Amino acid sequence: MLNAAGLAFVVAGSRWHQPDGQVMFVFILTMAAAEVAVGLALVLQIYHRFKSIDVDALSEMRG
Amino acid sequence: MEPTFYIAGAVAIVSTIVMLTRLNLVHALLHLIVSLLAVAVDFFVLGAPFAAALEAIVYAGAIMVLFLFVVMMLNIGRHAAEIERQWLTPGIWTGPVILACILIIEVVYLARGASPGLGTGATGPKEVGIALFGPYMIGVELASMLLLAGLVGTYHLGFRKTKQSEIQRDTDTHEGRADTGGDLVFAGTDRSARTT
Repeated sequence: MLNAAGLAFVVAGSRWHQPDGQVMFVFILTMAAAEVAVGLALVLQIYHRFKSIDVDALSEMRG
Repeated sequence: MEPTFYIAGAVAIVSTIVMLTRLNLVHALLHLIVSLLAVAVDFFVLGAPFAAALEAIVYAGAIMVLFLFVVMMLNIGRHAAEIERQWLTPGIWTGPVILACILIIEVVYLARGASPGLGTGATGPKEVGIALFGPYMIGVELASMLLLAGLVGTYHLGFRKTKQSEIQRDTDTHEGRADTGGDLVFAGTDRSARTT
């Protein structure tokens, strides 16, 4: 979905032949990379703690 | 507009739909990589070659590779043996290969200068660089701070202080590895069938 937003930005930027769309796309890429890194680190934590990445196994919260 | 734009767009949409219906996670990720490369071709046709290069290098080449690393490292499931046997068949590569061949034909066709979107109206890396160092300098600084925060957070989340007993058990015994039993030769095979 981030890629779709980036596509919209680049298309808008190329419509008026301005680099602003690609600048916004660079920022979106940066944000996506940071998010993927943090998300995958969380997945690894879940795997090491619960020995599976099934989300239904993470039911320690009560009440 | 350009027929190449529509073809690359169709490749992106089809490969994304195929990705959503895959049961095997690695197959889905490979189709997503094809979709990202199709969007990169779209950027190229639109006259944004810098965005096309960034999409291919960063998104398809770094972010999706990171996904694949984690998926393959976790080796999910007890049935990874059967899944890996299916992976080795050449039949699974027909889908991504066909879609990628369409993209290659398009890129070769575009590189021969047949597209009017390239030379005349293309905003290349120079304009983007001037914009990034000019009006969007604060955005660049904020992006660098975001990357630093992501780096520190990922390191903290990924850091596991392995106990000395765990290290000893991993290096000295075969039982250290839960999934393979320390057997790197037969890692990934169906262990229930092996008698030795």
